[in-house]
Amino acid sequence: MSPLLDIKGLSVSFRTPRGDLKALRDVALQVGRGEIVGIIGESGCGKSTLINAIIGLLPANTGAVKGHIGFDGQELVGLPINAMRKLRGERITTIFQDPMTALNPVLTIGAQMTAIQYRRRASTSEKRRRAIEFLEKVRMPDAARRLDQYPHQFSGGMRQRICIAMALLTEPDLLIADEPTTALDATLEVQVIHLLRELQRDIGCSVLFISHHLGAVAELCGRVAIMYAGEVVEQGTAGDIFRDPRHPYTRKLLECDPGRITERQEILPTIPGELPDLVHVPQGCIFRDRCPERFALCGERPPEVTVRPGHQAACHKARELVAS
Amino acid sequence: MLLYALKRLGLALIITAVALILLISMIQLIPGDPAAVLLGPLASPEMREMFRQQMGLDQPALVQIARFFGRVLTGDLGTDVLTNRSVLVTVMEQVPFTLALIFASITWSALIGIPLGCFAALYRGSLADRIVGILSVSSIALPSFVIAIYGLLLFSVKLGWFPTIGAGDRGAPLDQLYHLVLPSLAVGLGWVGYLARMVRASMLEVLSENHVRMARAFGLEERTITYRYALKIAIIPTVVLLGMGVGNMISSAVFAEIVFARPGVGKLIFDAISTRNYPVVMGAVMITTGFYVLCTLIADLVAAGLDPRVRSTL
Repeated sequence: MSPLLDIKGLSVSFRTPRGDLKALRDVALQVGRGEIVGIIGESGCGKSTLINAIIGLLPANTGAVKGHIGFDGQELVGLPINAMRKLRGERITTIFQDPMTALNPVLTIGAQMTAIQYRRRASTSEKRRRAIEFLEKVRMPDAARRLDQYPHQFSGGMRQRICIAMALLTEPDLLIADEPTTALDATLEVQVIHLLRELQRDIGCSVLFISHHLGAVAELCGRVAIMYAGEVVEQGTAGDIFRDPRHPYTRKLLECDPGRITERQEILPTIPGELPDLVHVPQGCIFRDRCPERFALCGERPPEVTVRPGHQAACHKARELVAS
Repeated sequence: MLLYALKRLGLALIITAVALILLISMIQLIPGDPAAVLLGPLASPEMREMFRQQMGLDQPALVQIARFFGRVLTGDLGTDVLTNRSVLVTVMEQVPFTLALIFASITWSALIGIPLGCFAALYRGSLADRIVGILSVSSIALPSFVIAIYGLLLFSVKLGWFPTIGAGDRGAPLDQLYHLVLPSLAVGLGWVGYLARMVRASMLEVLSENHVRMARAFGLEERTITYRYALKIAIIPTVVLLGMGVGNMISSAVFAEIVFARPGVGKLIFDAISTRNYPVVMGAVMITTGFYVLCTLIADLVAAGLDPRVRSTL
């Protein structure tokens, strides 16, 4: 069976006063049915652009969108607005980063949770019952009463649970979670991740989980894609990526994870250098300027090396860089 | 909501009391003897003394203030010096005309200005948005008395479409409405632009907020997002502004009432000042102050009805 989400050769650019900013270049990514795929990357690597391209909410200054986004056999690139809107909230739902601002402040959560069920032919009381059922699923205490409260009466963690309940209410095929735990503190983060996994099993949807928290991705995701400056530089199973990373960027990223540092150090390690200018994208490997393994061949575009079935890294040295 | 309404009502009472104290203190601070000013240079000292006793001006300031409040609370705003009638009656006779003018002005300007602002926000950057912008700013820049005078010259003197003066016959609502057209055009035109700019700005702000993006990500229809999700928030600053604006409109109504020779509180104050009829001036100012406080109270209650966060503050 074909994967649920099949992105091939996706390129997105934005018009800026300086010229076209190539935010995504030749991105390939697949999400199978019932699979949880993680995307890891630092700020500005194109994670948000990728999500917006999938849900058809790219900003007004978007230039060319090339390539394919296949969703259950349907092509999403160039899909008319109304057809795209039919998928959003019904078959593809999204949880956003900041729960404090994601809910409408002047409508009760009950009103918002029934509003998103506008496609269902059901009475308001049935829609409310369903809202209560899902609030209970995300372990909201006293759900029936709290349905008539406003977002400002809930804490951040509670609001994110409401967002999760809303995202699962329509039993989507694909749930996109855009850094759902970044704005929460550590204990809440663990709770939210466990909740997501539990509900994902319950509903059986696929999840695209975007984060820069390596631990969360390792815990939740079966497969992982690493993005850097608008490209997917490495992807594979979580085990492959975390135990045997082959792209120098992935290796550097893992070295910087505070959770993996065992020795006591004065300063947290970082990757020296800055993201390349995406208006004038340099030739060859995109990570070259910051790469410790740089050699003569890096001026040429690296091949997509298949390290083992399902594990690819875009690096000339991918076969040599074995975990030490 | 009820708790908020009660608190806000209490606040309105405090504001009114403070405003009245300021008003009476200002009179105390005016140099010179009110009796001498009022009775003129020809009055004898005995007459002045009698007047002072009559008005209670010989009492200490605090007693005067206490008495003043006592009278205001019982609805006694003093006596019209010229006609010897109760000031309250004199002012209240004029209030309906001014209220009619203000509400006619605010209604038509809100009915046009608010949708225009929404339209401009939804089609931001388009030619229509720019035209609306230019028209709005020009309508704000034109003083209402200029519109009043030119409106009068063009539509009633030259074209003869509308009546020139007066408020229409008593008991003939249609005639009164007919007489309201030009004055309310003059008073309301600036508000059309003002409201359009205001609604456009707050609408754009709200439409860029995260919750609108989330509503879109759930596939809600743009119509639902605009009117149910965004406008309900974007309208709140406008409601508060309208509350204060209606109060402020009394001053623009003064021009319109004079130019169109309409009865009304503005015209009354103007005439009372010209004839040094201080009790009437005071009474009219008190009533308009109360009216202003009432308008802001209503506006705040409407805003609280729209925004639950407001209710939990104060």
